[in-house]
Parts: sequence; C-alpha cells; structure tokens
Amino acid sequence: MAVELDVFVGNTTIMDEEVYQLWLDGYTVNDAVKARMEGGVLDKTEATADVLLSDTMDQYRTFQMCERLLHSPSKLANQLLFQIPPHRQAMLIERYYTFDDGFVREVLGKKLSKGTKKDLDDISAKTGVTLKSCRRQFDNFKRVFKVVEELKGPLVENIRQHFLLSDKLARDYAAIVFFANNRFETGKKKLQYLNFQDFAFCAGQLINNWTVGAIDNMVEDMDVDLDKEFLQELKELKVLITDKDLLDQHKSLVCTALRGKTKVFNEMEANFKNLSRSLVNIATKLTNTKDVRDFFIDLVEKFIEPCRSDRWAAADVKLYLTHYTNSAHILDTFKHQVVWDRYMGVIKSCIFKMYHD
Amino acid sequence: MVGKTWPIRSTEIMPGKLKAKIVAGRHLPVMDRASDLTDAFVEVKFGTTTFKTDVYPKSLNPQWNSEWFKFEVDDEDLQDEPLQITVLDHDTYSANDAIGKVYIDIDPLLCTEAASVISGWFPIYDTIHGIRGEINVLVKVELFNDLNRFRQSSCGVKFFCTTSIPRSYRAVIVHGFVEELVVNEDPEYQWIDRIRTPRASNEARQRLISLMSGELQRKIGLKVLEMGGNAVVGYLQCFDLEGESGLVVRAIGTACTLEKLSSGGGPICCPHPNTAPASNACNSPSKDGKEPVFGEDLPLSSGPPTPFRSLPTSSSSPPPFSPSKPCSRQSSSSDTDLSLTPKTGMGSGGSAGKEAGPLKTLLRQQTQTALEQREFPFFTLTSFPPGFLVHVGGVVSARSVKLLDRIHNPDEPETRDAWWEEIRQEIKSHAKALGCHAVVGYSESTSICEEVCILSASGTAAILNPRYMREGCLDFGSTDHRFEEPSPPACGFCHIPYDELNMPFPAQLAYCYQCRRQKVPDVLFTTIDLPPEGAVTGKGCLIQARLCRLKKKAQGEVNATAISNLLPFMEYELHTQLMNKLKLRSMNALFGLRIQISVGENMLLGLASATGVYLTALPAPGGIQIAGKTPGDLNNEQHISTIQKRINDTIAKSKELYQINPPELTEEGVGSPIPEPRQRSRLFRSHSESSDELSELDLSHGKKDAFVLEIDDTDAVEDIHSLLTDASPPSGFYSCNTETMPGIYNWTSGVQMFTSVRVLRLSNTNLTNQGLNKIFTDLCENLLKSFYFKLRSMIPCCLCHLNFTVAVPEEELVQVSVTAVAMTFDKDQNQEKPLEKSIIKGGSETEEQLQFPLELCADSSSTSSQPSSKISVSSLEHCSPLPDARSRSLRSSRSFGGSSVTTVKMTPLSFLPGTRIIKYLGIINMFFIRETTSLREEGGVSGFLHSFIAEVFAMVRAHVAALGGNAVVSYSMKDCVLMENPNKNQAQCLINVSGDAVICVRETDQEQMTSMMNSGQTCSTTDGAT
Repeated sequence: MAVELDVFVGNTTIMDEEVYQLWLDGYTVNDAVKARMEGGVLDKTEATADVLLSDTMDQYRTFQMCERLLHSPSKLANQLLFQIPPHRQAMLIERYYTFDDGFVREVLGKKLSKGTKKDLDDISAKTGVTLKSCRRQFDNFKRVFKVVEELKGPLVENIRQHFLLSDKLARDYAAIVFFANNRFETGKKKLQYLNFQDFAFCAGQLINNWTVGAIDNMVEDMDVDLDKEFLQELKELKVLITDKDLLDQHKSLVCTALRGKTKVFNEMEANFKNLSRSLVNIATKLTNTKDVRDFFIDLVEKFIEPCRSDRWAAADVKLYLTHYTNSAHILDTFKHQVVWDRYMGVIKSCIFKMYHD
Repeated sequence: MVGKTWPIRSTEIMPGKLKAKIVAGRHLPVMDRASDLTDAFVEVKFGTTTFKTDVYPKSLNPQWNSEWFKFEVDDEDLQDEPLQITVLDHDTYSANDAIGKVYIDIDPLLCTEAASVISGWFPIYDTIHGIRGEINVLVKVELFNDLNRFRQSSCGVKFFCTTSIPRSYRAVIVHGFVEELVVNEDPEYQWIDRIRTPRASNEARQRLISLMSGELQRKIGLKVLEMGGNAVVGYLQCFDLEGESGLVVRAIGTACTLEKLSSGGGPICCPHPNTAPASNACNSPSKDGKEPVFGEDLPLSSGPPTPFRSLPTSSSSPPPFSPSKPCSRQSSSSDTDLSLTPKTGMGSGGSAGKEAGPLKTLLRQQTQTALEQREFPFFTLTSFPPGFLVHVGGVVSARSVKLLDRIHNPDEPETRDAWWEEIRQEIKSHAKALGCHAVVGYSESTSICEEVCILSASGTAAILNPRYMREGCLDFGSTDHRFEEPSPPACGFCHIPYDELNMPFPAQLAYCYQCRRQKVPDVLFTTIDLPPEGAVTGKGCLIQARLCRLKKKAQGEVNATAISNLLPFMEYELHTQLMNKLKLRSMNALFGLRIQISVGENMLLGLASATGVYLTALPAPGGIQIAGKTPGDLNNEQHISTIQKRINDTIAKSKELYQINPPELTEEGVGSPIPEPRQRSRLFRSHSESSDELSELDLSHGKKDAFVLEIDDTDAVEDIHSLLTDASPPSGFYSCNTETMPGIYNWTSGVQMFTSVRVLRLSNTNLTNQGLNKIFTDLCENLLKSFYFKLRSMIPCCLCHLNFTVAVPEEELVQVSVTAVAMTFDKDQNQEKPLEKSIIKGGSETEEQLQFPLELCADSSSTSSQPSSKISVSSLEHCSPLPDARSRSLRSSRSFGGSSVTTVKMTPLSFLPGTRIIKYLGIINMFFIRETTSLREEGGVSGFLHSFIAEVFAMVRAHVAALGGNAVVSYSMKDCVLMENPNKNQAQCLINVSGDAVICVRETDQEQMTSMMNSGQTCSTTDGAT
C-alpha cells in the first residue's frame, strides 16, 4: 500500500514561510521534514511525521510551480494561477532574491559566466551553502545583471522596479552588478577580511560619484560603467606628487593641521609622501581596466596596510584623510579641485569603511 | 485586415446579437524557437460562424484591439453554445499552431438581473499544456425585447447552485422538482478517436459537454417556465461517463418564483442561513410574539410523533437491480406516469401515509393535495425559509444497480429516464411510509465501473408548510401571507410526522424536550442543514462511517447481482457505525447526511458523512454497553470491561469537547409525562447473511432497552476498536459537513477554500475486509489531520462543508477527494446562541432581534459593537483579520498597484461571512480535461493534478472576475476523474466544477447603502442597535 497521489490546493495559495526558507536553502524534502520536526512544529500541533511530509511535499511543489514566475517578479502580480495576497507576493520575491553573504563574497567581482557556475560546487563546499541554493543565488545575480545591463537610468531604481525588491536589496544587487561588470578583484587573500557589506558600501560610493550617471542626466547613461572622462581627468592629479614644491607644500599644510591632534603624528609625517604618492598613483592608473580591477587591492596594499602597521586608529585615518583632502584646496597652484573632491570623496569613505580588522 | 465571416445559420429568427472584442494577450508562450517570440492571432467562433483577428507579429504580449465581432444568433444557440476563442500562432509555411482556447459561457448575459458585460483576462487553456498565457476579451449581448415569443429558449430563467433561497431574493412560490437528462455519444469512444490527436479528442469532449450543459439548462429552464417559475435553486448537474454506451449529462433542481428584494433589504447577516428573506418580509412589526405559537389551525404540529427513519430500510426492499432484459425500459419518455404504484419497500411503513387518522386537518390535506399533484414532491434545497419545514421524518434513500451494456437504445435518454423514475418512485414511497408528503435535501448520484452503474438517490422525508406552494398561496389569498398564519414552534421540525399509533417502524418516542407537547424520536437523521430556528446544545462535529467490502471480479449480470446483494449490508453497516459514533459523541441527530457507495472491480467502498449535533428537543442519547456472548470467560470479561471503560471515557470526553451540557430536566411543571431518559440504547451488529433477517434486525432498533454491542467474534472486537480510533479535531478546530457548524455563530471573515485529493495504491492482494476498512479509515482520518495541520494558522477555525468523495479509479486504487472551506470565528465572543433567538421563528423578527446579527458583524470587524459608529470602508479587504485571506472589491482592486487581478473568494457555502451578496451574476459550470504525455516531467501524478486543480481554480476566478464578480458561493467540484499510466508516462484528468458567481460587499458597506436608500428601515435598525 502506497500513497500514489497526494495534493492539497487552496484558493488562496498556502505558503509556510519556514518551509519556503528550507526550500530556498536547498533542503531536500526529507531534510526539510527533519528540520521542521527539530524546529518543534509537531509539538504545537497534534500532527504526525506523515502529515509533515505530505505538507512539505505540497509546499515544495507549489514553490517549484511559482519559481518560473519569481524569475520575472512583475509577472507574479499579474498571473492568474496562484491567488497570493500582495504582501505575501512581496515576501516571496524578497526571500527568493535574498542571498547568503558568505556566498556572494565568493563570486563578487567574478564574471557571471558558465565558468563561474561550474565552480559553484567548490563554493558550496567552502561556504556550506547547498549547491542548489548556490545555483539559485548565482542565477539571480546573472538574471538581474542581464536585465539591467540593457537598461538606461539609475541602476538601483531599475533593479527595484524590475524585480520589485526592497531598497536595501536593490542596492545590494546594484553592488553585485557593478562589481561583476567592472570585475573588481575581491578574492585576494589580503581582501579576505572585508565582508560583502564593506564592498557594497564602496560600490554605492562609486556608483553615486564616479559613474556617468552620477553627475547629472540620470536618464541618459548607465550607472554600471565608470565615467571615462573623469578617469582621464584623474591623470591631472599627478601634479600633486610630481611637482616637488606642491608636494612639500601639501605636506606642511597637513602636518600643521595634524600636529598635536594624534598620537601617530610622527608616523604620519614620515609616511606622508609615500601615502600621497600611493593615492595619487591609484587615481592616475584608473584609465587601465586592469588597474580598475585592482582598485581595492591597491587601496589595501598601498594605504590601509602601511597605516595599520603604524598602528593608526580609525580616527587617525579619518583625521589624516580629511586634512589631506582639504589642504589641497589651499594649494595655490593646484587647479583640479573638482576632480580632486570627486576622487577623494569616494576614496575617503571607502577607506573609512575598509579600515577595520 | 477585417475578419472574415462565414454565416451559415439562417437568421430569420434573430432574437439577439452577440458581440465580442479581442483586446490583448499577455504572457504567451514562445512558439517560435528561433526568435523566442510568437506571431499570435485569434479565432472567435460561435455556432458555425468564425471571425479572425489580424496576426500580431513577434510579441508575447500582443495588442490586437480588434473590432467588435458580431454574431447574429437565435436564442436557442445563445443558451446552448459557448463562445469559443482560440489563440493560434501564425506560421507562413506550415499549419498554424494552436496555443490554447477559452470557452466563455454567455448564459449570464441573457439574464437582465445578472451580468451585463463579460470583460477581463482569461487564462488560455490547452488540454495538453495547461494554462498558456492570458487573453483579454470583451463580450456583450443585445437581446430583443420580445424574447418570450421564442419558446424554445428559456432565457431569463435564473439558475443557482445554492441549495437555499439565495440571499437578496425572496421565494414567492416554491414550485418543486425539475429534472432533465441528455445523452450523447462520448467523443472519446468514437471511431474517429483512433486517428485524431489527444488534443482534438479532449477538445471535442469539452465542447460537447459544454453544449450538452447548455442544452440541459435550457430544457430545465423551459420546464420552469411551464410551471410558472422564474428560477432554479439547488441546481445540481452531473456527468456520467458511461464509456461505450455514452456520455450522460443530467440535472435536478428546485423550481421557484423568486422576487428580488429591494437593495435596502434587512441587515440580517451572514451566520444565519436563510434569515434574510424572512426579515425582509417584515416591513412592518410582526404581529407574532416571541413565544412559539401553537395555532389551533395548525394541528399538523400535533401530528404523530416518530423517530428517524432508519436508513437501511430502503435497501430492505429487494435490491432494485433490474436485470439486463431490454424490456426493463419502462416508459418512452422522461415524463413519469403518475399512476405508477409506489413500491412498498419500507417494511412496515406503508400504512402511515395520508390516511393516518382523524388528526388530519384541512390544511394538511390541502398541503398534501398540493404536493401530491406533483409528480415528485422533491426539493433539492437543504435549508429553507423559516416555517417552510414543518416536520422531518428521516432519511430516505434508494439505490439500484444497472448494466450499461444492456441499454437498448444508448443514444436516447429513455432508458436512463426510466431508471431514475424508478428510483424516485421508490424514494417517494419511502417518504410516504414515514407519513411525509415531501422529500427535502434531495440529491442523486451514480457510481460507474465498467458496465455496472449504481444509481443512488437520497433525501429527507418531510412535511412542508403549503404557503410556499402555489395552491397554498391561494388558500391564504393574501399578498403577505406570512402574517396570516401563526408560526409553528422552533422545535416543530423535530416532531414526528407519522402516526404514533401506527408507526412505520418500531421506535422510541419521547415528549419534545423543548415544548413538551409533541412527540419526538430519540434520534434524527437528515440530509439537510440544521434549520436556523433549531436549538442545539453545545457544538456539532463531523461524523463519518467508512466501509470497504471486497467482492469477486465478475461480469455482467453476475456482477450486478453480487453488488446488489452487498448493498443492503453495506448500508446497514454504515448506518450502525454512524449510530455508534453518534452515541460515542453523546449526540442525538445527524444533519447533512450523505452516503456514497462507490463501485470498483473487486470492491465496494462506502462513505457516510454527516454532522452530528445534540438537538435540545430530543432526548439525551444513551450510552453504549458492551457485552460478551460467552459469560463466565474471565479473560473475555476483563477485556470487555476495558473496552467499556474506553467507551465511557470517550463519551465523557466528547461531552466536554463539544460542550454538551443539556439542562437538567425538571420533570415537575411539565404537563405531559416524560419518559425516563434511557441510559442505554440498542445497537446491533449484523451477523446475518440474509436480507430477510436483516430487515428484521434493522427495524427492531431501539425496541429494547438492553445493551448494545455484542462481542461474539473477532470482527466485532475490530469494529469496536475502529469506532474508537476516530480522533477528535485538535483544540481550536471544529469540523462539519453542513454549511456552518451548529453552535458557532460569530464567524469572522477569514476564509480558505481548498481541494485535496489522495490516491492509495493497495499493493497487498490478500487484503481482508477488515484490513481494507482500516486502510480506508486511516486514509480519511489522515486527510483530516493534514487539513488541521495546514490550516493551523487560522485557529480558532472550523472546517465547514467538508465534502468527501470516494472512487475506485482502478482495481487497486482508492481515491478520496475533499473540498471544504476553513472559516475563522471569534472565540472570545459569547458562543451561545441567545435562547430566545433559537425559539423565535424567523418570520416574526422584531427590531430587537435584528440587533443581534448586527452586533455580530460589528464585532467581527471592529472593536465597536455599535453599528452606528462604524466607519465606512469600501473594500472587503478591511474586514479580514487574516493577512492571507484578504480580498478586495472589484473597484479597489482594479486600481491597485498595476495588478489587473481581482481577488476572487471561493466557498462551498451559500455566503461569505461578514459580507452581503448584492448580486448574483449567474451560474458557473465548467468542465475541463487535462492530459499529459510527460507525467514525470510534470512532477509525477501529484504534480500533474496539483497544477491542474490550481488551473481550474484560476479559470473559475477569471470567469467570475470577468462577470464583474468577486466571489463564488456554493462552489463544488462534482467530478475529479483521474486516469494514469505511469509506465507510459501518461495521465488524464477530468474535472467538473460549479458555483454561483456573485458580487458581495462588506456588511458595513451595505448598511451605509441601506441608510441612504431606505431611511425608514434603517431608522428602526439603528434604533434597535443602539
């Protein structure tokens, strides 16, 4: 005797958020049943394991049928097959597109290609996220990337509207798309201490300040590429390190402002030229795609690590960068204030965000 | 560019013009792999006329925005034919590929009171691929005014699936039974089926059934017009897939003359079925007091008392298997010969008819005359306007086994007509034997396996008040005859209709525990809902009897005889189980009893479902006592005492669980002597093998005061154990198979309708009856457990209208399908129905009583208990406490966030709690076939059926929304026939659903409307409420 068929269909589609999460996490039906039992759902009800199995199977089937719609969330609101109240639809979409920070950290900046997809089992083994869930998350990244790639207008807004995601999640996806598009290196050992949210913050800064869409004309251009003109203009900053007078003048201005305000003043004074060279060099090299990819590794190697080895506190870094940026305005022969601010504004916030253990 | 027309039908009679416009499509499937796009166009067909839209190239969201396609048609076609819309993919080089179809029943447009336009998104359905995108369509009908000239049609007759007088209507006259049956060759069995594709075959079948349904409805409508009515209530349409011998579509219903209530109708609301019509009749204060009135001119209420009419009696008549002789065709038409002598299959019941003695009054005779002039005084209604039902006798049922391959002329309806005629005559005579002149809660069903067909009919014998009949009306000669006549007491329906001195069968009678004047039976079984005026103690619960009986595989007559011989035993055993389970729950009455016997090749399955209650008017049920047959055996006695203890514990637990605390009887102060409440009642197990003995046993039920269950063999022990295995619902849950749960009145608006199907494969070939019983019982119990688990977030909640259907689709398969609705209620509110309310009959409501339901509504939706302080809200959504159960009115949803999908609620009940139906838009009657040749890829048979059921729901909702509705009431899934062949990776399923499309508004909205439109009435309402 065996159950040949067992279905339950409600006029309003019944979905248990807990089971949905298990499904999203890539649990098999049996594992999900086990997890639910351990979760104590049976204690509160007078049900048996059979009932739980039947319920889990029903819900898994429902989710599988819904999955197609979740791939283009706007369809979910207009489809007729499942009657799902709007707030539940929002929950389904949001959860479907939510990703594991551990997983995203592994693929951030990688090309969203078949090659990467092949590595997913390694990532799964490394992160402990099931392969099924890795695939869903990877496919989500790819899908969002594909859709917004061809769209004009602000990136976050595009994602939010097309995938009906919350503002927070849309921003995260914007970061993923931005990283994938510019292929920023994030996997190096020295960058391992940075989590996804650090990168997402930096991505936000770059999107908001360094892309074409950042300045004006939000409609015309895309947010995913850096502003080429701006990158070209960055070359002009070289004068800050090549003109010896300017460099000395800059140093003395910064040192005057810092004196007595920090314990690591001596180190700052000693390292000023090195640090300044590093930051300006990063700026001037950004016209090379290769150097754009190394942007974060450069920030860490050339600025954050030296500071850290001199035991600067986060407040010291902040103080130093603030005065470093502002003092340049007083340099009478330095003419590139606008570019400088646009550059240093982002560098400053990125380094603040990244300066932790 | 303009669509082409090929008008073939002559248009000399043209009572109407059908207009259709194809607006757009969306989410179409990719038909061209190369471009990932589709070049879609649409064919619109009605009758033999076809129009086409232009091809909209390279789009999955085509905007055809076509002209109006106009069909000039006669009324007969309008009723019979569906509008057929086919979406195709244009292909320059090869044949155009069909994407899918939409059938639109335009019947709702033919009623002036129903929908005026059909407009909306319909799922494009393909029988192989399921739903493939959606299409936006506009349909209108222009009717000529002098439609009545065309007598072939019955345009304008309203149909309702609802088995009560629809809310917002008043029954002026209840005319009675209408039936019709049409037969056609099943396309699946035509020779051409061998050469056509499965898709073509399925579509031919869908179309045929759609046509036959239309024809059937039209013919029934004609009968209604002949009777002078304007509506069919309790319309029940069924399909019999007879296989080789044909495809039968048959329907029964109750013809009525309905009158639409003014929109400012009384504010009586949801939880009380059928109070609305009554309250609306009360435009002036009622003359009737609150006390029950025993009019001298209503001696019928002093009629003979009696207990229920036990079920198996119907089968105590010789099994009505009509052998294969062609001469069994009795009449050549569906009209019944009035002179047919009723069979006296009811044992001793023959004498209790209308000649029951001098107690008969003029009125009763008039009623009887009125009813007996009818061919069949049957009513498919299950709940009635107050005062309609005078007495209830008990359940009457009849079954008959027929051989389909012996139908003389399979293409004609005569033989089947004669079969049903025979069954109905038997039902009628059973009712007569119970001293009743009418049968209410009447239904018919079939079970087919190969060439064997079991026809079943059942109902509740009753005596009705004649005032709703035409003749009765004349007697009163008044437009508002409700006030001309005193009302019977609320407990009246419990009083026996037959003569106490000349009882149709031995039974225990007692004086009514409510009025103390009339006799009542100790137990009452009915197929109807609990009348609104009926008082119950505590709450009710679902009671099921389940039974499997193995039979040898056989052919033809041998098989039919074997089945016929088994049927009486099955009915008897089911009845015994019901009785025992009722007593175990300390209850004394069953409502909504439905006994289904399903036939398979090697077994018969019996499932009886009912809702048990403790009727206050009936005596307390006795306990159950166990006795061994061999006294002295110590082991045995110990065993018996253990079982006895378990039984007593169960009864005690039930009393607590269902809050059954009947008031202690104070025997003094009661005029008539009350018999001692029996502590024990008699229950029998049958060991007999002959039907003669059976009937004797059966009828002696209740005769002796002695013990109940004899343990004489292992079977008996098993049976007792199985009695005790039924688990009660977990706390927070109630369940019933009637419309609502007796004892729960404060429904909130959380509603979740669901359908669940389970199929078991019996792999063990050496199964015994006992083993099968266990499997079957577990199957049903596990389904219930699943429901309780899945719906746990709705607690406190009640599963209402639990409708179980069993089938034996293949030799080793058992299929159980359930459709029900879970409804939330407010636990904290006073659960007790006010006592006065239960006594007062509906027709005499005063302002004070009107207040009661108002308060209920107010409390269910807001904290204020004063209706006058309620805030008007324009959408249903606000009234829902459950996030999942949200719903919105049409208006608000159309403007919602870009979504074009209207939330459509569905329920098997005739109402939605907390809302009021303001318009009935027409009947929904849909038949779908789905087939797959890639079963594994679709998630196996479960995945296949899961998506099919979801698709059916979606199509029902879409049609309702297109009619402008936001809910389906009285929804039912009448057929779910699943055939599978996993080895071939194939499956096919047929589903038939029906219901009434309605517009409902929140109760509070309605009150606002009322106050604007009908100040007078609202004044009194508000006064009463504040």
